[in-house]
Amino acid sequence: MKPAPFSYFAPRSLHEAVGLLVEHGDAAKVLAGGQSLVPMMAFRLAMPDVLVDLGGVGELEHSRVEGDTLVLGAMTRHRAVQDMGWLRTRCPLIVEGVELIGHPAIRNRGTVGGSLAHADPAAEWPAILLALDGEVDAVGPNGNRTIRAADLFQTYFTTALAPDEILTEVRLPLPDGAPTGSAFVEMARRHGDFAVAGVGTQISLHPNGTIVDARLALIGVADRPVRAGSAEAALRGHGPTEEVFAEAASVAIGEIEPSSDLHGSSDYRRHVAGVLVRRALTIAARRAAAA
Amino acid sequence: MTGAVDITLLVNGKTYTGRAEPRVTLADFLRDELRLTGTHLGCEHGACGACTVLMDGRTVRSCLLFAVQAQGHDLATVEGLAPAGGAEGLHPLQEAFHRMHALQCGFCTPGFLMSAYELLQSNPRPTEEEVRTWLSGNLCRCTGYQNIVEAVLAAAAEPEPEAHQ
Repeated sequence: MKPAPFSYFAPRSLHEAVGLLVEHGDAAKVLAGGQSLVPMMAFRLAMPDVLVDLGGVGELEHSRVEGDTLVLGAMTRHRAVQDMGWLRTRCPLIVEGVELIGHPAIRNRGTVGGSLAHADPAAEWPAILLALDGEVDAVGPNGNRTIRAADLFQTYFTTALAPDEILTEVRLPLPDGAPTGSAFVEMARRHGDFAVAGVGTQISLHPNGTIVDARLALIGVADRPVRAGSAEAALRGHGPTEEVFAEAASVAIGEIEPSSDLHGSSDYRRHVAGVLVRRALTIAARRAAAA
Repeated sequence: MTGAVDITLLVNGKTYTGRAEPRVTLADFLRDELRLTGTHLGCEHGACGACTVLMDGRTVRSCLLFAVQAQGHDLATVEGLAPAGGAEGLHPLQEAFHRMHALQCGFCTPGFLMSAYELLQSNPRPTEEEVRTWLSGNLCRCTGYQNIVEAVLAAAAEPEPEAHQ
């Protein structure tokens, strides 16, 4: 047993959970699936005095489709999303991203809301949310608010959530209308490791075959997941060809300045990101054409 | 509140009670408090998979779960795999590991068995590729993976993989 001592609370409702966060302030930490927080506690990188376990808050475990939106309660396990067979064809970006998270035992415990609130810059869920222009709900002592994907991630492991707020629900707009294809690809040193770099993309085609909408979300290349806005603009109005994708990749890597670490230098990460952008676009375009 | 609390767990169909601080992981509680030492601890931070157990039929890393969190859930450890115990009562997976030399020091074996058990429950006839991908979350540092993969495939090839815990 390596974690430092803490007080443990297992609230049965959100109201009770928020009350505990208000009462204990900065000393408290929310425990969702625990697949990132507990290792951090084992290393004593995190030493919260109080753990508020959301495992018993049933109202956070719902998932449903509302119109063209996939609604996931914050405590939805990665495995539950992976098991949504219909989603694999409707929006492969989501399932492929989720399948790249750790290993089966990790996905059985880890949660959508936990991953988003943890905000690891190399994690898959933040890129999924960002690529799909999704949004999350959070509840705090002053009630509910909605946070758009673009406003949620601030820097390394830091979100717009206040210490006494709990992320409750995630909403992901699913493709509708125009033929759309999506994909999630990444490069990791070992299967299940955090990505050196990764790309989630979704593109939609006009009946004349040109790209009408393109999203590119990159992970592992900045202090947070980022959209490659200029590369997306470079794709719109063009045909889904190899040359166009190569150009988009070169624009995308011009937009990023990855840091260097043990797993790869800045130049290497930029190179990998470019390759992955092309690869992801190629897969997504093939799927869009078949849609 | 950081002091020891009473913890009641259902493990391999049997109810156990003990006392532990909230910071005690399920792995440590199983081993030190309940004396179920079949579950092994390697890295203690979720990387190696040696401590893998089943919770409600699905694998979890018991080092990434506090014992207090496991209350009210149905747990299964490697001790629950063999119905009767002893060489005669080995689970088909254990029997295959034994026959195919899928263990050397045996430290990682409980985790591999529980992971492979979950795989065969959801996918009774996996391909070699599926076995390798599934077991990538379990590390072995001496046997090598080849015989482990072959043992899981051998167990899967047997008629009627058993569904007990």
